[in-house]
Amino acid sequence: MDYLHDLQSFLPGIIVAVAGLVVIMLDAFRKGVHISYGVTVGALFIALIIGIQSLFGDTGTAFMGMIVYGGTGAFGKVLVLIGTLFCVLISKDYLTDKDLHNGEVYGMLLFATTGMLGLAVSNDLISLFVSLETMSICLYVLAGLFKNEKIGAEAALKYFLLGAFSTGFLLYGIALIYGATGQTNLTEVAAAAEPTLLFLAGVGLLLVGIFFKIAAVPFHMWTPDVYQGTPTTLTAYMATAAKSATFVAFILILTRMLPNAEIANWTNVIQIVAIITMIVGNLIALAQDNVKRMLAYSSIAHAGYLMVGLAAGTAAGYSGVLYYLFAYTLMNIGAFGVIAYYERNHNLDFTEIDSYAGLGFKMPIMGVMLSIFLFSLAGIPPLVGFIGKYYVFAAAIQAGLIPLAIIGVLASAASVYYYLRVMVFLYFKEAHKEYTLKAPGFMFKTALIILAVLTVYYGVEPVLPSTGLIELITSYYAV
Amino acid sequence: MLIQMELLLNITIYLPLLGVVAFLFVKGDEAVKWTSLIVTTVTFFLSLPLIFQFDVANSAIPQYVTEGSPIFSGMDIKYLVGLDGLSLLLFMLTTLFGPIVILASWSSIKKNLIGYFSMLLILQTASLGVFASLDLVVFYVFFELGLIPMYFLIGIWGGSDKIRATIKFFIYTLVGSLVMLVALIYLGYHAGAATGVFEFTSDWRFISGPEYTIGLVEQTWLFLAFALAFCIKVPLFPFHTWLPYAHTEAPTAGSVVLAAIMLKLGTYGLVRVCLPVFPNAFMEFAPMMAVLAVIGIIYGALVAMVQKDVKKLVAYSSVSHLGFVVLGIFAFNTIAVQGAIIQMINHGLSTGALFLIVGMIYDRRHTRMISDFGGIAKKMPVFATMFMIATLASIGLPGLNGFIGEFLILNGAFISELYSNKVYAIISAIGVILAAAYMLWMYQRVMFGPITNKENEKLIDINGREIGLLVPLVIFMVWIGIRPVDFTKYSEEWVDTFITISEEKSVAVIENVKPGDIPDWTARLYNIETGKNNKLLAKQD
Repeated sequence: MDYLHDLQSFLPGIIVAVAGLVVIMLDAFRKGVHISYGVTVGALFIALIIGIQSLFGDTGTAFMGMIVYGGTGAFGKVLVLIGTLFCVLISKDYLTDKDLHNGEVYGMLLFATTGMLGLAVSNDLISLFVSLETMSICLYVLAGLFKNEKIGAEAALKYFLLGAFSTGFLLYGIALIYGATGQTNLTEVAAAAEPTLLFLAGVGLLLVGIFFKIAAVPFHMWTPDVYQGTPTTLTAYMATAAKSATFVAFILILTRMLPNAEIANWTNVIQIVAIITMIVGNLIALAQDNVKRMLAYSSIAHAGYLMVGLAAGTAAGYSGVLYYLFAYTLMNIGAFGVIAYYERNHNLDFTEIDSYAGLGFKMPIMGVMLSIFLFSLAGIPPLVGFIGKYYVFAAAIQAGLIPLAIIGVLASAASVYYYLRVMVFLYFKEAHKEYTLKAPGFMFKTALIILAVLTVYYGVEPVLPSTGLIELITSYYAV
Repeated sequence: MLIQMELLLNITIYLPLLGVVAFLFVKGDEAVKWTSLIVTTVTFFLSLPLIFQFDVANSAIPQYVTEGSPIFSGMDIKYLVGLDGLSLLLFMLTTLFGPIVILASWSSIKKNLIGYFSMLLILQTASLGVFASLDLVVFYVFFELGLIPMYFLIGIWGGSDKIRATIKFFIYTLVGSLVMLVALIYLGYHAGAATGVFEFTSDWRFISGPEYTIGLVEQTWLFLAFALAFCIKVPLFPFHTWLPYAHTEAPTAGSVVLAAIMLKLGTYGLVRVCLPVFPNAFMEFAPMMAVLAVIGIIYGALVAMVQKDVKKLVAYSSVSHLGFVVLGIFAFNTIAVQGAIIQMINHGLSTGALFLIVGMIYDRRHTRMISDFGGIAKKMPVFATMFMIATLASIGLPGLNGFIGEFLILNGAFISELYSNKVYAIISAIGVILAAAYMLWMYQRVMFGPITNKENEKLIDINGREIGLLVPLVIFMVWIGIRPVDFTKYSEEWVDTFITISEEKSVAVIENVKPGDIPDWTARLYNIETGKNNKLLAKQD
């Protein structure tokens, strides 16, 4: 066993974990929070560079089959790191204004990221569980940062109780799978699997746990309250990085543990959950007056679109999901970033849509960027959100799931209404009250501009004479 | 040649978009206006060589083609633009309207000029892109791209009920086009399998070509999905309800672009995609579509007649006029489809001009109610003349453009084998009479008679700028009216070729079908057992 090689294959995770320890220590010795911020950004950046390099490296398993490296997992790591890095970049100004800019935030964030990185590469039910818990426990803490506000406490408590409950399901599922097969390694479980009641029940419970984490209906109840009560930039973090990690873990489970449709064909279950998720998520989002809650329900709907790709169960479907996660990370962090900007020097009520009246003209760049992100979320070409939806729905159509694709596009047509509604307030209504808006910080503005540019760039990338991102992703599933 | 024509086509499409980038470097409202005017004017002049160099004899073959490489291996989705006999005139119409809509907004827009002119320029690029794209996915992307600027144009610079109007417009169009997207992806995989090389192809040249046919069941569903999207865009009765709202609330330039260009995307799509790709379904549903078109013609005219608001009247007249275009397209013979294509241009010119005229009078009086006017001809003689010409062109007076299109369409519909019933043409002809009635009645109430409203005493005639933007439209109205062949010649070869291809394809599909292969409803729909209904087979016997 070459331990050095093992460590190297999980290098981004190790860097992030060590940085987390350093940040905690720095805080303990009362160094300035700016140093913690610098360490966090630096560590994430280095980890991201290494992660991007590993996209083009070889694939295999490490730590005695506990984790995979290269391929899907490597892309998952990059998704998590991009999400985390941008969330940290947009967090500083916001948290400072909210009086929450402490070293612990970064420590928790880095530990959660370590968990996500582990989750995205788990090849074993045990490593999956440990990573998921590392991530979740840190997120429970982050959800409760507004500890003096009612909604902050509600968010943390609700997230913790329901999260613990779902972890119970997950763990019970793992136990049953182990009981049925005597294995915890994903590929070995697949090899030993028999279609017994015990095994199927185990997989079912495992899926319940995962559905909870990705906020699929009917396990979505926690999402709106938690998203609303969490500091906005950290909501972005939960909605993107955590979701990416869980979805990548989901793909790994489906491709490595349940590749044999004769033993356990979960396509129908995923299809039904996808349909309910898209419909319920979009319909409830239509009725929201709070922008954060609206985005929470929209993120439920997006989980539905992502599951359409999983239901296809083909290489095109899985690569579509990975691309969609990338698209979703860019546009969702962008949207939450602008909302965080508007909210910065006001109280939390400022996320009510009514306060957005006329804001589009007060700070034109922010308004334009929010429009770009929302149009992209709505799936309007030529923005990255459209390309993502295109790949996912195309995979479903190719796999013969045409009704599913039609329900998907109609649901996403309904979603346009609530995304446009924000723009109606931004641009079409007159401001009824004077609000002061602080000038955005340099890093904050730069991060958002990069996100907006990427959102547009990847929207037109397919027609540019370059090697497409999708081509790279598809190569992971080439047999 | 100083410059490659392919490059020129691309420059023409994207120059307006570059104009938006130029706004970053200009300061002040006047500079923004002038930048947009210069950009669109240059675009127009750059597009002229495209029509002069066009090979009329080969108009069925796309020309000036730029072909990118497939986006990734196995998927034949690529950047593919070019012009052929169908798209050329509409493309030119779009570049012509570029500077006109900029000039039309010159003094009436007061707030957020950069945003407003950016939207107009993006809209210009989107419209040009739709007409030029020959890959269906690229077509779809441009088709949707046009929605965003129009949404903001109506929403920010629109009238009192703008929010409702713009959301209705956006959602309505989007639902249709998303259903089309699903059909498009399915079609792409189906066509890809037929190439034997690719997994997916959306190259229109292959899909519409003679080698590629689609089974009856798939054709039916695909046709319905595409037709739904295009009919909403046209808009065909009963999908027209968004149109009067959008038109009434939009600023003048928005209405002009909507009427002159964006509505054409629907009828253009019907000819571009539905006619050559789904021939059997196209023929089978033709009578039903004709019924909707005829209802649209009469209903639009009757509703227009009772309007109190001039702009709404013109909007409903659009519903009526576009009914003619749809009637012509589904008549499926050379005369009628030719007529439909030229009528798209005519409607663009005359309705565009009418919206401009309504805008001019609105700028002066801030009302559009017919009852607020009367006797204006005395105060504004030049305006009255222009208005008269546009009105007559819209009615279809011989010697002006409207007559040519309506004549060809009615003629074609009369002899159409698909309709096999002259009643469509006859009822539609009543629509022409109704058009004369509502337009002339409106003209009379607005322009003639004594001046009853004191406000109207102070009206000043239209200025040089306003005359300047109407004159080119009037020139073309007369030109098409007198020498239609100068314009119809571009699409002649195209229409002939694709009607022949479609007929052959439909026969081939029917011949290859065995009654047991397809579900009962399809067999009944296409009358496979009796073998009678294929009108073309019957004709050959």
